[in-house]
Amino acid sequence: MIERTVAELAQALHERKISSVELTTAFLERIERHRALNAFITVDPERSLAQARAADARRAQGEAQPLTGVPIAQKDIFCADGWLTTCGSRMLANFVAPYDATVIARFNAAGAVILGKTNMDEFAMGSSNETSYFGPVKNPWDVERVPGGSSGGSAAAVAARLAPAATGTDTGGSIRLPAALTNLTGLKPSYGRVSRYGMIAFASSLDQGGPMTRTAEDAALLLNVMAGFDPRDSTSLDRPVPDYTATLNDDIRGLRIGLPREYFGEGLNAEVARAIDAAIAELRKLGAETVEVELPNSKLAVPCYYVLAPAEASSNLSRYDGVRYGYRAEGYEDLIDMYCRTRAEGFGAEVKRRIMIGTYALSAGYYDAYYLKAQQLRRLIANDFVRAFERCDVIIGPTSPTTAFRLGAKTDDPVEMYLSDIYTISVNLAGLPGMSIPAGFDAQGLPIGMQLIGKYFDEARLLNVAHRYQQVTDWHRRAPRGFE
Amino acid sequence: MSLDTNQVRKIAHLARLRISSDEAEQYAEELSRILGLIEQMNAVDTRNVEPMAHPLDVPLRLREDEVTEVDQREKFQAIAPAVEAGLYLVPKVIE
Repeated sequence: MIERTVAELAQALHERKISSVELTTAFLERIERHRALNAFITVDPERSLAQARAADARRAQGEAQPLTGVPIAQKDIFCADGWLTTCGSRMLANFVAPYDATVIARFNAAGAVILGKTNMDEFAMGSSNETSYFGPVKNPWDVERVPGGSSGGSAAAVAARLAPAATGTDTGGSIRLPAALTNLTGLKPSYGRVSRYGMIAFASSLDQGGPMTRTAEDAALLLNVMAGFDPRDSTSLDRPVPDYTATLNDDIRGLRIGLPREYFGEGLNAEVARAIDAAIAELRKLGAETVEVELPNSKLAVPCYYVLAPAEASSNLSRYDGVRYGYRAEGYEDLIDMYCRTRAEGFGAEVKRRIMIGTYALSAGYYDAYYLKAQQLRRLIANDFVRAFERCDVIIGPTSPTTAFRLGAKTDDPVEMYLSDIYTISVNLAGLPGMSIPAGFDAQGLPIGMQLIGKYFDEARLLNVAHRYQQVTDWHRRAPRGFE
Repeated sequence: MSLDTNQVRKIAHLARLRISSDEAEQYAEELSRILGLIEQMNAVDTRNVEPMAHPLDVPLRLREDEVTEVDQREKFQAIAPAVEAGLYLVPKVIE
């Protein structure tokens, strides 16, 4: 049962071959057995099984929806009423959310089961899942290596078959990078597609939630639940949501694939490059055409992002003051000292670095040189995509310049860590949908991810291309040894 | 652009982060490296480029000025570090 996709499990539930209680129990047991991966921060079998029982009752009444009874792991950035919701931080290590994020409410309304809350980089700031207050997550493909971040717990959980699917969030690559490093399908929707209400904020002009699954079909099933207008999120867009499963099988003959010259140059590992070339050849066999495109400003996406994201984070994280919820330090002298001690003790090193960079970039005298300059560069980066999409329907390249690196390899060098997201960040800056799908393995048996970038609100097309590719390849079916 | 420990202490104060002298030196070094990365932006001429604050070129929605939330004070205060008589407690700010 643990080997089945969400689509297959939904079918088995529909045919009453298995109950949600049986399924949920089986995954909870696997989570317990593989606790060494550190994929989950909170597991609450009683709550999960209560939801599973309710799902079975709902099905008995003939009111089931496609995901009713399917257990799904939730990134610990989504507030879920009554669940500990830590965002990977000491600051929120005691925070039991008093309300549901819209994403959680939508899964609950669909009858899905919350299988637990997954580990993540603190406040989603990291590319390796090593900044979590609750310790690093291990990559099931090699437990000496990182699963990628920031949605590393979700990635490890799905890759190790501890959950059939999970949610993630992506501010600069936090769904796509871990998906690539653990052989998953991960989709970051267009900015505005999935509600950010109750999704703990990092950088509000970039953050977007999305599914992390084993197949494109499963991603479509999850996105069908997650996507949609939400009046409680001022950046949610009121646009119709298609049935993302309806177009999965569409023919891709004549599809124009743009290959950005800048994504295949210096810095790209040769084995990754070969795998992506082979995957593109496979898409050509399905009738797609390729054209070379240019994204000349993409090389400046990382510096641009490391102004804008910390600037927004420094503002968003000012809410953690030790007054209304979360951690409060002891032994303070006055109010200011209480704030300063609370924040010094509650936040980890990477979060503090970014708060300080952001504070500096927004401070009097430096605003134009940093923040304004980065916003102008952001426009140029977005315009590059507009021009490229005049000549193609999707853009394809690698998700990550390398496969999974060793735990601790980049923790002493923030700048080196930041460059892990060199191919993913520009997509967030532009607000476009991006996806990573399995595209092979290197000589050490580590997964390689291929990135698909679409036009605004063209998630259906990305899922269609990914699904067709998955019909003729079997990379996505492979499981890490010891977790089959 | 590199930062010295005085600048780091000033930024930390603006950000309401208490830091020790050792930490100030470490942050000065790390933040200077990050600023080195950021300054690669200067390679591009952005004169007359309209700044982009947000990926969506749509105006923010307005809504009717109506109460949409119910009172959940007790639930919300149950998770606060210190409350009394329905109020959040903080150290004395007025003598």
